[in-house]
Amino acid sequence: MSAKKNDIEGLRGRISSGETTARAVVEASHDAAENLNASLNAFLEIDKGAPNRAEAVDKEGALAGIPIAIKDNICVEGMQTSCGSIILGNYHPPYNATVIERLLTAGAVVMGKTNCDEFAMGSSNENSAFGPVRNPWDTTRVPGGSSGGSAAAVAAGIVPVALGSDTGGSVRLPASFCGVFGLKPTYGRNSRYGLVAFGSSLDQVGIFARTTRDVAEVLSVIAGRDSHDATTADVAVPNYKSELSRDIKGARLGLPRSLFGEGLDPEVRASVEAAVNIYRDLGAETVEVELPNAQYSIAVYYIIATAEAASNLARFDGVRYGFRAEEAPALRQMYRKTREEGFGPEVKRRIMLGTYVLSAGYYDAYYAKAQQVRALIRKDFRKAFESCDAIITPTSPTPAFALGEKVDNPLAMYLNDIYTVTANLAGIPGLSVPCGLSSNRLPIGFQLLGPNWSEPTLFKLAQAYETARPFTERPPIFAE
Amino acid sequence: MPITEADVEKVAQLAHLEITPAELKLFAPQMADIVAYVEQLNALDTGQVEPALGGLTPEGEATDSARDDTIAASLGQKKALAEAPDAAAGHFRVPKVL
Repeated sequence: MSAKKNDIEGLRGRISSGETTARAVVEASHDAAENLNASLNAFLEIDKGAPNRAEAVDKEGALAGIPIAIKDNICVEGMQTSCGSIILGNYHPPYNATVIERLLTAGAVVMGKTNCDEFAMGSSNENSAFGPVRNPWDTTRVPGGSSGGSAAAVAAGIVPVALGSDTGGSVRLPASFCGVFGLKPTYGRNSRYGLVAFGSSLDQVGIFARTTRDVAEVLSVIAGRDSHDATTADVAVPNYKSELSRDIKGARLGLPRSLFGEGLDPEVRASVEAAVNIYRDLGAETVEVELPNAQYSIAVYYIIATAEAASNLARFDGVRYGFRAEEAPALRQMYRKTREEGFGPEVKRRIMLGTYVLSAGYYDAYYAKAQQVRALIRKDFRKAFESCDAIITPTSPTPAFALGEKVDNPLAMYLNDIYTVTANLAGIPGLSVPCGLSSNRLPIGFQLLGPNWSEPTLFKLAQAYETARPFTERPPIFAE
Repeated sequence: MPITEADVEKVAQLAHLEITPAELKLFAPQMADIVAYVEQLNALDTGQVEPALGGLTPEGEATDSARDDTIAASLGQKKALAEAPDAAAGHFRVPKVL
């Protein structure tokens, strides 16, 4: 089956022409997930009822009959939400996240919940309590994290689109490792109601797809103000698809040279520089920009994100839902044993780091300082965007690394996020675009960053590149 | 300020985590590495910088999130208790407090 036929437009066309049915499309997706999960471990739940639900969808909806996979930290009524953790385990939320309500209204069919790093904390998907996801390009390698299951499901052709969450790069990094598009929208663009909170000033629901157009289509459906999430902004949602075909002649692309230096894999550098040259050929101008405080972004991120995580994860105590430790005769002991047995090592590390940086006597030295440097990083971007429409960087310093390679060194693992965390700290949108394969056939991606609410610009630039250099390669594990 | 095992034990208590001696041996040097890494921020002079608070854009800041204070449907007792590890007589049941 060609990639074209399996995108949203292709599938909808085949359903409305009668060539196939919504039920058959969702059934094929369900069967592919069942068949490939032994190799990929991308799904924590595959819903047998999905094909039946496909028969009842609104045939006029923008996503009528389109199967979609959802990261297992976004609430879908009737399915589990484990967050990849023992402490939630078989938790079944009694409500839908707002983004899910909007997908369902548009006719999409949720066909399963995808594996992820526990509470979205990780860059390799090895922190899931239910085993790592494997990269469909090479199953000895990680898919990237934390939304690794969603990225792998799209890359392997199981679904055309999937949702993830991005707190420091958790959509863009796995998108790059798996050779698909991955968007983190502007902070406040999408509702987080029903997304299990990790770092509340950083979290956004993001989108995976195999084409720019499909990312744009899904964003048009889920974006916008939600009275259940006070951080959603009252900013009009444009028709993102109509921006795609615009000419990029004269568009100004910012190159932060300092981010193309030490630690960047030579093949990734060559691939991203080749993409910059394509943009020049298409009529874009390139300008050098400075982001002098970007070098501090990982340090700032691991103070702010852990502090927010320590607060957000205080709610998991074995009382109202999820797992409770046995043989704890007193309340306080029950809290401690439940959290000790329910959380994995990375989550414990981050809760303790966050507790440390917020504790009496240290708050100003760490948390307050990090918020000041965050303000400087935001200022850097504002200044850079005075001279360019978008900034281009690699998405990750290397292609996908081997399973187990970095698990013993948390700090080395954190440095994978060097190109992605700045967008979360600044609140701006970022889009990872596949731009080729390394010599050992692993995907490489570049990242486009734009000012607040510049998703149309990012889509226009991504579409122009995609049209000039379509990424048609498919991984060895791909649903037929 | 290098992090010690005593510091890690203290924060584990504050965070309601009953970590094992083996975990303490694992976490203390890892957390010391991470804290040493984030302390690179001390090299920056931020005396005059207003801290960023939260993640909102200017448009997000300007969005009025207040709503009318009206009664609306809620989950209800049955649904709210359905996922509890131990519920009885319309309540969440916990081990003794004292």
